[in-house]
Amino acid sequence: MKALRRFFRRLMSWATSARDEEFLRAEIDEHIAMQTAENLRGGLSPIEARRQALLKFGNVEAVKEIYRDERRLPFMETLAGDTRHALRRLRKTPTFTAAAILTLALGIGGTTAIFAVIDSILIKPLPYPRAEDLVSVWHTASGLPGLPGSLGCSPSMYFTYREENRIFQQFGVWSLGGTSITGVAEPEMPRALFVTYGVLDTLGVKPLLGRWFSQADDAPGSPETAMLTYGYWQRRFAGDPSIVGRTLTIDSSPRTVIGVMPEEFRFERDPELILPSRFERSTLSLGPFGYQGIARLKPGFSIERANDDVTRMLGIWSNAWPMPPGMDATPFQNVRLVPRLQPLKQDIVGDIGTVLWVVMVTLGLVLLIACANVANLLLVRAESRQQELAIRAALGAGWGRIAREMLVESITLGVLGGTLGLGLAYAALRILVANGPDTLPRLREIGIDPLVLVFAFGVSVLSGVLFGVMPIVKYAGPRVATALRGGRTFSPDRERHRTRHILVVVQVALALVLLVGSGLMIRTFQQLRSVQPGFTHPEEIQILHSMIPEAIAQEPDRVMRMQNEILDRLAALPGVTSVGFGSAAPLESFLGGGNPVYAEDKTFAQGQFPPVRQIRRIAPGFFKTMGTRVVAGRDFTWTDLYDKRRVAIVSENLAREWWGEPRAALGKRIREAGPADPWREIIGVVENVYDNGVQVKPPEFAYWPALMDRYIWGGENGFAVGAGMFAIRSNRTGTERLLTEARQAIWSMNGRQPVFLVTTLKTLYDQSMARTSFTVVMLGLAGGMALVLGIVGIYGVIAYVLSQRTREIGIRTALGAQPAELLRTFVRHGLVLTGVGAALGLVAAAGLTRLMSSLLFGVTALDPVTYMAVSALLIGAGVLASYLPARRAIAADPVQALRAE
Amino acid sequence: MKDTDVRQGTLALMVLKTLDVLGPLHGYGIARRVEQISGDLLTVNQGTLYPVLLKLEQEGSIASAWGASENNRKARFYRLTRQGRKQLQAEARSWEQTAAIIERFFAAKAQDLK
Repeated sequence: MKALRRFFRRLMSWATSARDEEFLRAEIDEHIAMQTAENLRGGLSPIEARRQALLKFGNVEAVKEIYRDERRLPFMETLAGDTRHALRRLRKTPTFTAAAILTLALGIGGTTAIFAVIDSILIKPLPYPRAEDLVSVWHTASGLPGLPGSLGCSPSMYFTYREENRIFQQFGVWSLGGTSITGVAEPEMPRALFVTYGVLDTLGVKPLLGRWFSQADDAPGSPETAMLTYGYWQRRFAGDPSIVGRTLTIDSSPRTVIGVMPEEFRFERDPELILPSRFERSTLSLGPFGYQGIARLKPGFSIERANDDVTRMLGIWSNAWPMPPGMDATPFQNVRLVPRLQPLKQDIVGDIGTVLWVVMVTLGLVLLIACANVANLLLVRAESRQQELAIRAALGAGWGRIAREMLVESITLGVLGGTLGLGLAYAALRILVANGPDTLPRLREIGIDPLVLVFAFGVSVLSGVLFGVMPIVKYAGPRVATALRGGRTFSPDRERHRTRHILVVVQVALALVLLVGSGLMIRTFQQLRSVQPGFTHPEEIQILHSMIPEAIAQEPDRVMRMQNEILDRLAALPGVTSVGFGSAAPLESFLGGGNPVYAEDKTFAQGQFPPVRQIRRIAPGFFKTMGTRVVAGRDFTWTDLYDKRRVAIVSENLAREWWGEPRAALGKRIREAGPADPWREIIGVVENVYDNGVQVKPPEFAYWPALMDRYIWGGENGFAVGAGMFAIRSNRTGTERLLTEARQAIWSMNGRQPVFLVTTLKTLYDQSMARTSFTVVMLGLAGGMALVLGIVGIYGVIAYVLSQRTREIGIRTALGAQPAELLRTFVRHGLVLTGVGAALGLVAAAGLTRLMSSLLFGVTALDPVTYMAVSALLIGAGVLASYLPARRAIAADPVQALRAE
Repeated sequence: MKDTDVRQGTLALMVLKTLDVLGPLHGYGIARRVEQISGDLLTVNQGTLYPVLLKLEQEGSIASAWGASENNRKARFYRLTRQGRKQLQAEARSWEQTAAIIERFFAAKAQDLK
């Protein structure tokens, strides 16, 4: 504590040194004057009195010297001096300095940028107060085979968990969806977050205007309310503060706006509207599990304790609520629900960590290569300064002093490179945030914060030390004076090149690792692209969703006829080859989940559920428009729909799983969920569709007609898809003109019908591969940088070795050596270096690429093609990088070479 | 520990004690007082006092201000701060303890030798 205070005082007085010097002068003068006066009183002559006083005080200059050292920080001052010298020396060799700084900036900038991403996504807590107490509430159900992922919460769980828990401070459930807003401008469909009371309280982010939902807003029958998020409020209502209390028409009914969330409020998928979820308690059963639970744990409670408490509550819950209508009671007992709570952060971040760490390691390796390159440059520089250093050592400079100077120079280089790198990182992050893939969580939170600055500074200094140490060990060592002896150039011995050779070998090895990594990712990407996804030419398919207002939705036939009419109008647009309609497009499985599907001729173990299948409800033309092949049987017809025939289509993998081959499935009967659904006869089998992305096994599908007389999700009059997807195959897809015409076609049927989720199938397809393409781009960039830096390294070393041996080459040529023979010697030299590096790199790559095996698809981490191709590429580059300088050196006139001293 | 470190340490303690007894004082006054009591410790080099004063001030044990000396010239006066007083008490206690231990140690040794 005392030492710290003293340090700051000294740091401060560093700035005010000139005045302090004067004060000390005055103080000493005064001291001597007093002593002189005293001596005078003692009877000495004035001259003698002053002389005695000075003697008694001692050496004034020595005291001042000690005083100065005590007052300030001599270490800092020398450091500042050394830095000034270093800068001056660096300015004198602009080419070297620019090359070194640029190389470092690339390395440090890349590492810093990706660290900023890691920091924002993985390290920083979520943007909620005391975010570490937030958990999401999931369940596993081992009794439900084929269930993708975990089960969320049901509305009845919301009530049980709220009322019976002992460990939650707050608890609520939420879901995402769309709603229509009409009467403001064009009808639109903002992204809506439906929450029960408790969700916003759990998150703890206070509204900017107005109030949160209260328990009263959840109660059926109370006035309907809504909240806006900041972005939507700004965009749609220009930030008008009088919005609170106004009434909006949402989903055809009036709702009062009660509040606006602040700008910094973040939630999954960036909702625009927040609406209360209202559950009518008396109508609830155990299911469905379509809601996500979120809770704030009481302080000090662990997730394990919370899981135990939820297990206890599951017991209460399963006895307190009735079975879902149309479900068998026995299988439900065997679903085996087990709570699986996890930190909310894990929910949001997901498994992006692997990708980010792989990219981080990659860019770290690039930085190492960059350091090796700069170390090589510094070695050459130190070599040319050898004479100067030797003279200084001979004149009495300690080797510690020389070493410190060299170290300060390299750290200065590191910090300069780091500063430029930070600029590059900032620019790169701006680009990333603006264009980053939506699949990157917390994208909008990415930025440079103090931790990133500390990281950038630390990495800069560390790289400075790393590449600075080698020349110091070699040239500032105690043997520095021996360099004086060798005045004339001599052919260098092996010893002198060893360090440089090691650096090149390391560079080649690292470059190989990186190239293997990017090669594997490129192969993965190729493999993904070569998968037949179950649709063709996705760039031609325009997708838009629309919703028939709920008032009409009670009459399924009328709904279907309206959709049919819209389809006809869309098909009549110029350039449209075919149109389709269904509950969702391929790769939109987030819009609807699956359900267990029964087959009439299959029995399942007593009380067991059959596997969960993806369900899609479609109209005729869907498969033709998507380009999904009909493998056996036929597509639905409009007659099937309007006559309410109980028919179905299944995917090829489902047909093979149950009946061995597609043809055998025709005529078999299946149904969804339980006895409430009628048996439907399979009339067609279609190609598999990779609905969860091409890297995942395609799910088994059951397709129902878009219009049905009886359906578990339908009412008494039957069921029709009211909110659905229109697909338009056209060569004009993606043009604004086609979209406008398509919107007009829909609005000409009903001017109040919102159009939303407008996209193309190509966009969905690219998004499903976004993570892979992101990794490919990042690793590709890193691999490219590594290759260039590696080639520069080899070229530099061979060129330098040759420049040192000009004399030898001259003598050998003069004595009759064949140029071809000489050329071979030098190329072999480069080849040996590259070969050794490549061999080491292959071993390292075999170990390191295992880390990224979860990112690969269709290739193994030890893919021989990639390894061979990359080795060949690198060795070829190495040969070229040594051939070019060698040819130039040998082509030179031997007489010239001998004279060049 | 070097000899000068010990001497600097003792000198610092003497400065604190002097300021404690005599109140605010300029450098020369402190030097005289220490000299009177310690005999020859400072006779060689009064100047060494100033770095010690600086260090004590940086540590916050003493504070200084410019004022007028007895013969009406500008002089820098040092005074003990509250923290300095605490430090003096603590160090004086520790010195006494050390001295007592050393004394007993030597006494015991003399008896053992008999």
